Amino acid sequence: MKKAFAKSIHTALKNQNLAGILDRWNYPDARAKAYEGIDFEALRTQIAEIKGSASNHLNELAESFKRVAEANGAKVFHAHSPHEAKDYITNLCKTKGVKKIVKSKSIASEEIHLNKHLIKEGIQTDETDLGEWIVQLANQTPSHFVMPALHLTKEEISGLFSKEVNKPLSNDIQQLVKVARKELREKFFDADMGISGANIAIAETGTLVIVTNEGNARLVATLPKIHVAIVGLEKLVPKYSDMVPILMALPKSATSQLMTSSVSMITGPTPNDDGTLKDFHIILMDNKRTEMAKDVKFKQALQCIRCGSCLNVCPVYRLVGGHVFGHIYNGGIGTILTAWFHELKATEDIQGLCIGCGKCKEVCPGKIDIPELILELRRRLALKQGLPFIYKSALSVINNRRLFHTMLRAASIAQKPFAKDGFIRHLPMFLSGLSEYRSLPTIAPLPFREMFKKIKQPKSKTKVAFFSGCAIEFVFPKIGEAVVKILNKAGIEVLFPEAQSCCGIPHWGSGAFDMAALAAAHNIKPLLESDVEHVVTACATCATALKKEWPHVLKDEKMETLIPAAEILAAKTVMFSELVNRLIKEKRLVAKDGQTLQRLTYHDSCHAKRHVGVYKEPREALIAVGYEMKEMSENDTCCGMGGSYTVKQPKLSMKMLERKLKNIGDTGVDYVSAECPGCLIQLAGGLDKKKSKIKAKHPAELMQDKFK
Amino acid sequence: MYDMFKVKAEAVGSEVHRFGTKADSLNFLVSLLKREEIKDAPGFYAVWAECPIFQGSEVKNLTKTVPGLKFDVTRQLAKDSKIGVTQAAWGLANTGTIVQSSFAVEQRLASSLPWIHVALLNTGNIIADLAALTAKVHPKKNDYTALITGPSRTADIERVLAIGVHGPERLIIICIDEMGR
Repeated sequence: MKKAFAKSIHTALKNQNLAGILDRWNYPDARAKAYEGIDFEALRTQIAEIKGSASNHLNELAESFKRVAEANGAKVFHAHSPHEAKDYITNLCKTKGVKKIVKSKSIASEEIHLNKHLIKEGIQTDETDLGEWIVQLANQTPSHFVMPALHLTKEEISGLFSKEVNKPLSNDIQQLVKVARKELREKFFDADMGISGANIAIAETGTLVIVTNEGNARLVATLPKIHVAIVGLEKLVPKYSDMVPILMALPKSATSQLMTSSVSMITGPTPNDDGTLKDFHIILMDNKRTEMAKDVKFKQALQCIRCGSCLNVCPVYRLVGGHVFGHIYNGGIGTILTAWFHELKATEDIQGLCIGCGKCKEVCPGKIDIPELILELRRRLALKQGLPFIYKSALSVINNRRLFHTMLRAASIAQKPFAKDGFIRHLPMFLSGLSEYRSLPTIAPLPFREMFKKIKQPKSKTKVAFFSGCAIEFVFPKIGEAVVKILNKAGIEVLFPEAQSCCGIPHWGSGAFDMAALAAAHNIKPLLESDVEHVVTACATCATALKKEWPHVLKDEKMETLIPAAEILAAKTVMFSELVNRLIKEKRLVAKDGQTLQRLTYHDSCHAKRHVGVYKEPREALIAVGYEMKEMSENDTCCGMGGSYTVKQPKLSMKMLERKLKNIGDTGVDYVSAECPGCLIQLAGGLDKKKSKIKAKHPAELMQDKFK
Repeated sequence: MYDMFKVKAEAVGSEVHRFGTKADSLNFLVSLLKREEIKDAPGFYAVWAECPIFQGSEVKNLTKTVPGLKFDVTRQLAKDSKIGVTQAAWGLANTGTIVQSSFAVEQRLASSLPWIHVALLNTGNIIADLAALTAKVHPKKNDYTALITGPSRTADIERVLAIGVHGPERLIIICIDEMGR
């Protein structure tokens, strides 16, 4: 991580305006209300299909758009580079004697730094979208697609406006808005040219659809005699009817409105009030979009409708805001777009901000798998530049079971001076950051594979194999013991295939897909060796590997011969809570009579909820044995652990943890449970450091001894 | 259809009124112009873009009772007006949207520059939603179609809602039944 980048995160974390604003907005609830009665999955599938198939034919669509729009009377220019787009506009300005320009929002114009270019050419260029104007006055870039000035307070904005109008102004938002109206109204009337973007470009009819709440795009398209629209090629759709699903989703996802206040559908030049016809230009801009469309993985990023919902739900974005992303586009999708429209290298640091929690993927109306694409960026960066030596060697150690084992055993002895009650609360010197907000767990004196040998199990025909994963093996062997004992109660015998090792998710998450594939290859055979009914894991992260990612990563790494076995394994793998809940329903596990147990809240780990889709089962099982469930706010928001994220981005990780701990604390429960040892390390460590009475426990620990 | 339209339009800050006859709606409109102190002075004009519902003399005579009402909509007059009157072509019930055929510059000026936009709407032209609209209105025949849903708004400062940032502060929709279909 570069120093400048670390500093920008540090600065961003000091300014929590944005987090406060996002909290007051309560986007998730407002969004849900806007989508009431609408089948979001069906709607976004439709959008993904329309835009996905459009991206296969961007050049053809651009050509047919051009043909139709020109027949309607517009002039259409297909610009391949930012340079061409900028030259077209400056030449037009020179030919027509344009001195003043008003703009409504166009992210495509930001992408090519158009304002800077025009001002350098001596042309006065004013943004008219309130947020964009504020950002322009502040000499900054937008921090959000939809709300560019979200990071500034009314006090700061009042200061900017006061300077602009040369008189002191109050901090009253309504009055500030009126000041902007008055100032900008004159600019609209004085301008020779209006520049806008467009949200949709319809090839069939040559129509641009422009969406604004303020109504400034209508003025930009009406008052000056020249209108230039800059449109990224990804805005093209084939048919008129394709507009409907996009316009249904955009306002709801962007601002939780049913419909944006002003939508203009412009198909050709319209009259000015002196009887002349508008000089109407449309620039269709490529800037690597067609190149992106040819990339099997990244093509889907062209399905983005720029609603910004991925930013609104991102636990990292709410902490750091938009500016740490460096370029024009912010957040996860911004990282992806920057890698293409700018350069891959520019994302070297910012790709590391994504914790991979998957919240954005849930709400994306373009159905883009943003975390997967970030991971793909990480993989390509790792291929190109290699992983930093220290990570690479750490990851190699994990893959080498014997060496890992030996090192951890050594660590379990070396940690003794720092350990107390199973926690490390203070670490010396440069490691102290890791235990500043959260105690660290100690390495267990006896790893699970040793403990397992001592468990006396009844013999049974029904057998399952247990995949412990590193965390249960070395940190929480007691969870493994609880799993075995509970399954024994149901008459199931548990096998522990000795040759198993790390599931490879840490490697995968670091972009080292080759090492992840090796981890898969190493594990598949031993896990399938005995004829077992299921492979059970009590770790959501391992479940993500076994149930979902191994076949994909083997395919990516051209190890296809192993895929059939990986698929058999995926079908056999269950999470512990999934199996237990089923056993309870089948009455193969029966809770002891009359148990009234403690109050409990459940934290959904990102892997369990969004990767493998297990979140109902642990709740049902825990309630069935007698626990009283009390849901916390944001129960499926990331706790900040994210595997190695907590080491690479400790400050962000801790901020996420603080919020999670507050939500847990607010429920007033006795336990918080999660079926993910990683989350448990984070939660238990945070609770310990805060001296909280609440304990973080795995469902297996909470259910041990609770069955007849 | 009307009831849903009214609920959704009011939810985004529009004011919705319904009249059985053209005469009643015109009376309401005149009283509105008077209440808003429309007069023949910059800042207090009302611009009236062509509304097919009312023909020629029906409205032209109104200038006698409401001086300051202008029928020649120019950019300067629209800028100096408090009220702009237009006729909407369609209403969309499920979002409370009015749909304007905006090819004529007068329609755009009168609906976007004054503080108050009064839109006349045939109650019978309220249809279900955007999908229904695409079956009625085709871009080939309409070079500029505007969908207007409530007054001009922004939440660009601290996510606090502010009305009337560039366009109208108030959108008053007058639905008239008499016109039939």
